[in-house]
Amino acid sequence: MKAFTQVDGLVCPLDRANVDTDAIIPKQFLKSIKRSGFGPNLFDEWRYLDHGEPGMDNSQRPLNPDFVLNQPRYKGAQVLLARDNFGCGSSREHAPWALEDYGFRAVIAPSFADIFFNNCYKNGVLPIVLPEAAVDQLFAETAAADGYTLHIDLAAQTVTTPSGAVFGFDITGHRKHCMLNGLDEIGLTLQHADEIKAFEAKHKQAQPWLFG
Amino acid sequence: MAAQTLYDKLWQSHVVSQSDDGTCLIYIDRHLVHEVTSPQAFEGLRLANRTPWRVDSVVATADHNTPTDHWELGIQDPISRQQVETLDSNIKHFGAKAYFPFKDLRQGIVHVVGPENGATLPGMTVVCGDSHTSTHGAFAALAHGIGTSEVEHVLATQTLTAKKSKAMLIKVEGELGQGVTGKDVALAIIGEIGTAGGTGYAVEFGGSAIRSLSMEGRMTLCNMVIEAGARAGMVAVDDKTVEYLKDRPFSPKAEQWDAAVAYWKTLVSDEGATFDKVVELDASKIEPQVTWGTSPEQVTTVGGKVPNPAQLEDPVKRASLERALSYMGLQADTPIEQIQIDKVFIGSCTNSRIEDLRAAAAVAKGRQKAANVKLAMVVPGSGLVKQQAEAEGLDKIFVAAGFEWREPGCSMCLAMNADRLEPGERCASTSNRNFEGRQGQGGRTHLVSPEMAAAAAIAGHFVDVRTFA
Ligand code: SF4
Repeated sequence: MKAFTQVDGLVCPLDRANVDTDAIIPKQFLKSIKRSGFGPNLFDEWRYLDHGEPGMDNSQRPLNPDFVLNQPRYKGAQVLLARDNFGCGSSREHAPWALEDYGFRAVIAPSFADIFFNNCYKNGVLPIVLPEAAVDQLFAETAAADGYTLHIDLAAQTVTTPSGAVFGFDITGHRKHCMLNGLDEIGLTLQHADEIKAFEAKHKQAQPWLFG
Repeated sequence: MAAQTLYDKLWQSHVVSQSDDGTCLIYIDRHLVHEVTSPQAFEGLRLANRTPWRVDSVVATADHNTPTDHWELGIQDPISRQQVETLDSNIKHFGAKAYFPFKDLRQGIVHVVGPENGATLPGMTVVCGDSHTSTHGAFAALAHGIGTSEVEHVLATQTLTAKKSKAMLIKVEGELGQGVTGKDVALAIIGEIGTAGGTGYAVEFGGSAIRSLSMEGRMTLCNMVIEAGARAGMVAVDDKTVEYLKDRPFSPKAEQWDAAVAYWKTLVSDEGATFDKVVELDASKIEPQVTWGTSPEQVTTVGGKVPNPAQLEDPVKRASLERALSYMGLQADTPIEQIQIDKVFIGSCTNSRIEDLRAAAAVAKGRQKAANVKLAMVVPGSGLVKQQAEAEGLDKIFVAAGFEWREPGCSMCLAMNADRLEPGERCASTSNRNFEGRQGQGGRTHLVSPEMAAAAAIAGHFVDVRTFA
């Protein structure tokens, strides 16, 4: 996983609540057995005018000019600004894979769906919860200024606007540590292998029917 | 000791270790695996030269991509076929307690297969790379969906890192009316608390109406808790739980059975246990539900109407309502019963168990599908459900009524196989999600119970199953 320390990113506003994982990456792309290459199909049904299928040459497909990601001013965006309950629906990790592959490093919203939120951290995409009023302000400022960027500092847990306004955000110590260092969580957990084995032995004694 | 909730008990009995910020390492008892969210996890193991920690925790099946007809032709779509074959070879290579591959008698939707085989037991932690893993909470298990990185983490370490959620009690007291099902209770709850109402909570369902539900009904309810934003839902153990599990293939046997039952009976919230939030519903007020929009919270009663955006003051809410109505091709204020449908789908991990099929067949019996309904398909949740239904003659009832009787799988719940809606088609569906494009690009989904779906197939439009004669 790519480490996340600081990002200065162009902001793309997606002004919808309840953006679900089917919208982020439609199911036909879930047939892939790979972890990469989902970026061109991020928001596929909104982004293109035709129906997308795996294996198509996406560069030849008709773009929907009304969809925000296709507007020239948001080209190269690294920060996605969204509304409530972003990422609701399925557990598909293809959603953060698609966001990451497209180039997004962070998503800011007033609230996220739980499994999506969790999946983001495993893939170097930082989900940031800010109060509704702050998100409203960022939407207004993004609309008003071309090339609007935010400075995100994970160590300091802050989002800073071009005019210098600073918003703090929460993150658990464990997630922060993994993100800052781009750590493989499995490796970290296996450092506790002895504890897991000890727990397992006790557990087996108490509920032997769970084993075998 | 202080009074504990069921969730407290399930959580505490699985904590391996806890760090200063409250993050815990949680031991996982059952890992359900299917073809869509596992290939990258197995690949990750292989690349890191790791092996699964405990293969006897793994129960796997193929469900999302499998076709529901012409099994003799195999899987026609080459990419779907590759994904299913990848699961075949991964299980062959790494091993599992049980694998029900494509065409196996016990194959089916992972959340149907687990409980019916006794692979889901009270007191377990159950995970699967699928959000509807919450279904298994009906057995007083702590069950939730995980992403593919976590699938790999569980395979490699038998644990997950997690923080304890807050606890919510949703209490439904009173008697459910005739024709009102677990599905209607689930939709009524989501209508009440919203799709984010459960975010950050583990939900326990309690109250006399919940206890009156069968295990099937409880599974339907826990299945849809994710649609209210909660990761996990659960119901305390009672006699129905124990009765359901007796003599299932993987249920404990002989003297272990007695010890297990004695332990399971403790899996209830203690008298006086406190919850962070309590929501109460009156069962007698719940009516058959129909969704009209593109989110499960956009729901009303069968006697209700499509809402009118002009009546909303908040511009963000108004715009989102207008967008939903335009996608759904609905006019404001249309009575629900006047909405005509093109297709009917009875199936999915929400409503494809034997009791669901019996209820739908009782409505379809001796009647005919309406001429304007192009397709009414019934997709059993598993091969065992199919076998049972055929033994009871339900397939014949459906076919005589003009419905199609299919092979088991996820099917048109998410349309990863060939079963899907065409753009603009309107469907009465017993599944769990009515998102844009969920059942096929441009398709329009209305979520209902199995009996309401069957009644709609006969009438050609939504109709109140309680007065349907
Ligand atoms: S039936 Fe639908 S919701 Fe259930 S596991 Fe399959 S695709 Fe997911």
